[in-house]
Amino acid sequence: MSALGASLPRPRRRSATGGAGGLTIGVTTLWLSLIVLLPMAALVDRSLQDGLGTFWHAASSRQAVSALRFTVLISLAVTAVNAVMGTVIAWVLARDSFRGKRLVNGLIDLPFALPTIVAGLVLLALYGNAIAYTKWAVLLALLFVTLPFVVRAVQPVLIELDTEMEQAAYSLGASKATTFRRIVLPNLVPAIVSGAALAFARAVGEFGSVTLISGNKPFDTQVSSVYAYKQLESDNVTGAAAVSVVLLVVSLLVLMGLRLFESRVGRRG
Amino acid sequence: MAEARGGGFGRIGLRVAALAYLAALLIVPVGVIAYKTFAPGLGHVIESVTTPAAIHAFWLTIEVTAIAVPLNAALGVLTAVALVRGRLPGKRVIEAVIDLPFAISPVVIGLALLLVYGREGWFGDTLASAGVQILFSFPGIVLATVFVTLPFVVREVAPVLREVGDEQEQAAATLGASRLQAFRLITLPSIRWGLVYGVVLSVARAIGEFGAVSVVSGKVAGETETLTLLVEKRFNNFDLSGAYAASTLLALIALLTLGFMVLVNRRRELA
Repeated sequence: MSALGASLPRPRRRSATGGAGGLTIGVTTLWLSLIVLLPMAALVDRSLQDGLGTFWHAASSRQAVSALRFTVLISLAVTAVNAVMGTVIAWVLARDSFRGKRLVNGLIDLPFALPTIVAGLVLLALYGNAIAYTKWAVLLALLFVTLPFVVRAVQPVLIELDTEMEQAAYSLGASKATTFRRIVLPNLVPAIVSGAALAFARAVGEFGSVTLISGNKPFDTQVSSVYAYKQLESDNVTGAAAVSVVLLVVSLLVLMGLRLFESRVGRRG
Repeated sequence: MAEARGGGFGRIGLRVAALAYLAALLIVPVGVIAYKTFAPGLGHVIESVTTPAAIHAFWLTIEVTAIAVPLNAALGVLTAVALVRGRLPGKRVIEAVIDLPFAISPVVIGLALLLVYGREGWFGDTLASAGVQILFSFPGIVLATVFVTLPFVVREVAPVLREVGDEQEQAAATLGASRLQAFRLITLPSIRWGLVYGVVLSVARAIGEFGAVSVVSGKVAGETETLTLLVEKRFNNFDLSGAYAASTLLALIALLTLGFMVLVNRRRELA
């Protein structure tokens, strides 16, 4: 690459092209280390402070495991609903036309703009009598805060997608369902997976919207982030750190898996 | 946009399904909270959002945002430039680190900060002997907000930088422009809408942050209580109408932000 660049009659690149000198890179690395990496290191350090045995004991207590199981299962459910409904909404926004579509399109991002504690309160105000402090309430809160991920991942792909292949399929007699399944869906899968993975990561860590509406009932509606918060409130810092590290590992695995998936799809495409 | 022929029922069905889902999840609930807020009368609402605690919470939220967002904007642009233009090893690791705040639970973020700057944290003793208090005071809230809003500007600016390429910057350099001039006259104008969008997203998140701030702020009324914490406190104290009023204020800010996002996006598409 650099050899090729040098052989071409164009201005030689400065040390590291354009505006990114050593200073920029140094400041950036320092900034990220201070803000993100240092606290993460402190967290892991604290969780292991009293040895691996204590860590394991805290992370595998019955209540912690129950909270984690509920968190992962409900997040999977939320991810599945999002994958379907997010795709449907993206489809309607990209292909359908009706009055007020632009308004609806703008409102999709509302969950990103609305504070999570307000989201929880809003759902409680409307559905509170029916579902407050049940698993359904947690599901609803998580669906609210994760709504934009799949929609915003799939929508641009649908807009870019050429309709010629679909037209060809129709003209060859394929039904709408067949065309969607065989032509459209394969093109959307990478975007659906990315959006769904982000929604899953967000759901696993969500706190603000579930803290009011879940009622935080151990072995029932208690999610891991709220459990960690309660541990911290009762001065069990090491316990909170252990659960936090488990949550951190889950997030990291999802992110890494997503990157791996995206680089594979990118290489194939 | 070619429309598929026939299957009108299917199209209408999908439209109804999508709109019903959005209505049940988003639109009706937010509408109901506005209704419940104003049902006791406007005077009551104004009274409830102008108590000393509420006014303090409002300004605290604004101050924290006013510090955290510009800081992240400046360093976010720098990070994006380093990522896209620099030839540094471990770019993927850096990208993963930048995405972390999106993926980590806010509670985990708060706890991690506690374990660095808190009384029992890594720097606890040093800070205490220097007489500096970070946690349970203003700097801690700013720190938590900086953490949670870190990715937005980088994530919005980096793709734009990648797309515009560096040919113009190089041309400027061959014509004798300094690095700073090239940045100010070439790079900055080309990334400005991405930057603005990232800033808007950061502002929304900064104002709305709850979990991380909840852990590090100490929630002292009139001192370290932000607007979102006020909502929670009022709710827990059975002051429902007060919680609704503060929520509606936050929702209004969110709607303003949303309007701004739509506007910026439209400008960006035109640009």
